[in-house]
Formats: sequence, C-alpha cells, structure tokens
Amino acid sequence: MKRILVPIKRVVDYNVRIRVKPDGTGVVTDGVKMSINPFDEIALEEALRIKEQGHAEEVVAVTIGGNDCQQQLRTALAMGADRALHVLCDEVIEPLVAAKILLKLIEKEAPILAILGKQAIDDDCNQTGQMLAALWDRPQATFASKVEIAGESVRVTREVDAGLETLEIDLPAVITTDLRLNEPRYVKLPDIMKAKKKPLDVIDPVSLGVTVTQRIKATHYAPPAARSKGVMVKDTAELVTALRSKGLV
Amino acid sequence: MNKVLIIAEHDGSRLNPATNKCVRCAHDLGESDITVVVFAAEPAAIAAEAAKIDRVQTVLTVAHSAHAPLLSANVAPQVAAMASPYTHIFGPSTTFGKDLMPRVAALLDAAQVSDIMAVESARCFKRPIYAGNAIVTVEVEPGAPVIATVRTASFEAAATTESSAAIESISPEVTLPQHTRFVSMSAARSDRPDLQTANRVVSGGRALGSAENFQILYSLADKLGAAVGASRAAVDAGYAANDMQVGQTGKIIAPELYLAFGISGAIQHLTGIKDARTIVAINKDAEAPIFEVADYGLVGDLFQIVPELETLLSAN
Repeated sequence: MKRILVPIKRVVDYNVRIRVKPDGTGVVTDGVKMSINPFDEIALEEALRIKEQGHAEEVVAVTIGGNDCQQQLRTALAMGADRALHVLCDEVIEPLVAAKILLKLIEKEAPILAILGKQAIDDDCNQTGQMLAALWDRPQATFASKVEIAGESVRVTREVDAGLETLEIDLPAVITTDLRLNEPRYVKLPDIMKAKKKPLDVIDPVSLGVTVTQRIKATHYAPPAARSKGVMVKDTAELVTALRSKGLV
Repeated sequence: MNKVLIIAEHDGSRLNPATNKCVRCAHDLGESDITVVVFAAEPAAIAAEAAKIDRVQTVLTVAHSAHAPLLSANVAPQVAAMASPYTHIFGPSTTFGKDLMPRVAALLDAAQVSDIMAVESARCFKRPIYAGNAIVTVEVEPGAPVIATVRTASFEAAATTESSAAIESISPEVTLPQHTRFVSMSAARSDRPDLQTANRVVSGGRALGSAENFQILYSLADKLGAAVGASRAAVDAGYAANDMQVGQTGKIIAPELYLAFGISGAIQHLTGIKDARTIVAINKDAEAPIFEVADYGLVGDLFQIVPELETLLSAN
C-alpha cells in the first residue's frame, strides 16, 4: 500500500507567551495550551492532499512522547489521518533519537514518503527530517513550498536563502515543510467523533530496539536580553538629524 | 587542542560571509586548529578567499562536478568520511547549513547543537529556543564530536589577513548517491545588497497595502544602499517575495541600521531583528509593539514620511 508517514510533535501553542521559570530550570508549561507543532500540521495537510490526489492510499500519523500526546494524535485523525502510532515515552527525546525511532517505524510501514515539519517551535532544532533521511539513506527535500508527485519521483520547490530551489528526488524520500506549502484544513465536529473510532496503536520504544539517551544536556534557561526602549522623535527632520549624528546615514 | 572543521558556504564562485562568522565562532572555543573545507565544481577562487580568514590554518578543497550546486545528499557523506580527526564540525545556520549539518550528524551518530549564539566553553553553548523567547545553555556529552550550526547574526565576521593558509586538494572515498537531482533555482536577483548580510535594511509591513506601494521602499533603499525586507504579513499578502521575509520563519538579520515601515512588531518578527545595532520604527499606531524595541520611533503616515526621508537624505 502506498503510505505516507507524518510524524507530529506536541508543543506549546503558537499563541502562548513563553515564560522562563525563575529558577532557570525550563520554561513554564503547566496549564499552558498545547497543540500540534504548526509545521507538522502543514505536513499532515500535504500528506492528506497527496492522498486525495490519488498518489497515496493511507496517511499514518505518529508521535513520540507521554500519554498527553494522544490528544494531538486524535486531532491528526480528525484532520483525516487514517490511523495513528504513539511511541510512548516520557524521557527527553532528542532529534537523533526521534529519527532512530522513526526509522524503525519506517522499516515496518514502508512508506513512500515521510513528511515532517521543518522544525518544532519549542526547541527550534530543525534536525529530525534530515537525520531521518540520512539514517534511512534516502533523499531529503527540506523547507518545501511546493510538492509535486510524478511517478517514482517527486519534485519539491524549497525556500532557500537565495530564492526558490527545485529538486527532483526519488521515492521513497523525506520532505520537511515550510510555512507557505499550504493552509491546513479546519477540523469539523463530525470528524472529531469519527476520529475516536480510528485505530491508535501504542508502541513501547524498547520493543523497537532504540535506546533513549540524552547526549546534549540543557543546564540553564534564561529569558533573552531585553532591548532598552529608545526615544520617540517628533518628525522626519529630527529622525534624520539623530541618525546623522550617529553616523548611520 | 580543538580541531575544528568548517563547511564553506558559497554560490559557486564567491565565499558566503556566513563562513567567516563560523570561523569567528570557532575562535571563541579556545586554542583551536581551524580547517575550512570547500566542496565545489571549481573550488580554487573560493578556497583562496577562505585561506585569508584570520586563524584558518588549512583550507581543503573537494572538486567534483556533482557539487554545482551543492546538495546535502552529496556533501554529507563526504563530510562524514573526513570527520574522524575533528573535535568540532560547524556549518552556518543558513538554509544551506540547516539542511546539511543534521544529515552529517546522523551519519556520525552524533547529536547536533543548532544555532549557537554564544560559546561558553568548547563543549558548552548558548542557543535560542521558542523563537528566541528563551535562551538555553547546553552541554555536549564528553567524547562525542560537536556538530553544530552557528547563528550568523550572533557573530561578527572574522577578519581577513594578508597571509594565506595552506590549500590542499582532497577526494574523500565516497560513492555519491544518484537519488537527488537539482532542477532549477529561481532567485529574485537584484543589484541591491543581500538581505542577510546588508549593513542597512529597509523593511515594510502590511501597512504598505500593495506590491506597487512597496516601490517607495525600494527607492529609499537605493538611496541608502540598503537591502529590502518585509514582515510575514506583507509576504503573505503578496506585497513582497518570500525570500524577503524577516523574522523567526524567514531571515534572522543583524544590520547596523534597520528601518521598519508599517510593521507592528509581532514577536516572530522581532526575533529576526533583535541583533540589529539600531532599529528605527515608523508606524501610524503609537501603541505598536515595535516601538518597545526601537531605538528611534516616529508615529506618522509612512506614505508621507518615506518621501520626506528621501528628500532629506538627498540634501547634502
């Protein structure tokens, strides 16, 4: 079966104002709204569209994390994923470990594509997709703004610093999504009801043979240095005078 | 002593200044032997530039037709094959480095530190998380190579010197994959400075109202010798090209002067400019959050102020 794997991550919602704990041990996440990482939502939307175009038959959402992550998997199922996999794990999962776990799932599921968000908006690592492609020994097309399946390959337009680059990569492959790839659909109430009946399998990472290790330790968290508030000028002439006096223009 | 390998970024003929910034970051590691490697179809001119960067001891060149343009699928296994002598492997936090370095790290079974903004010690770094709303200090486990991307806005470019490092040609024994093919590159080429490296940037937001209206910013930018940027709102509205977007999901920049016209200052945008030396905000809404971070603020109609600025800047 032509299958697309979409890994998603539960993160602090995009709209939440992040506060660092006063003791520097992390950021405040208790009682904070959690959501699917927005880039992952775009990845899922793209997978669903590829399936709707007839290039794939099944979309499988997967997450790695604690029990609460099932909320986000249910949302993914309500959006349209056919089934979900939950790798249950309470430890800190670094991108390399996530990639190793995903590779084990890929060996079982044999997807034609794994589509991931380019980065998670919590740790901002931007690593998992590329690491997965390396371990899988398959091509990667990161920061995608357009995806066109053409037989055994896929044409991906990428948002790079210099403009838009188009690559052609052979399937199976890894794609990571940028912001402008698509606009994810809204979930409707009947879909939420239907999602409750869709299969969600819980997997023990030990059964996959992956050891969860932490190789990079976070030792301290701090708020960013604040910029001091400047001065208000009354008109354009005063602004130009100020900039000239500083040698800026 | 640290042995640092830096992957050069270039456009096929010139070295990208992001590479100099990686070298500057490497200076902060302490006593280090710094090597820059240039993968290119014709690496000679690029290597000559890299050899002049302060404290670079060696420049390695890997000449191969497959490296025009650079594809991570080809570069990563070659970097992995030559990695063993090095304690640190750095690339820039540009789309090139972000695409490449995790592929290298995974091939070496190593974790990666993304976006180094400060070096605490040879294995301990500061990096931004949550769109720059928190800064975390991280320590890499002993014994493992430190694979990292360097947040270019956080470092000055390393100086260039008269003397030149040794340049050696190498060819790592790797069979390059055939699964990834370059098709095309469409770049909004202009005579203006590159947004990522410009000293001055003129930037516009949704208040510009249309792509046509954005022209007044191009005109001002040309007067100032500035690059032109845009907020996400302006890009989403179709007023400016994608590659002009400044902010968390666009470009993170650190110009000497940033002029923001009609940009309200969403946190995602501010993340992209907070290392700018001087921020000037022009907005008709006196309550706009951009004024909280601006060094100079002016409340008013940008369609009146931009021409005024141009006239005043032309006078002497």
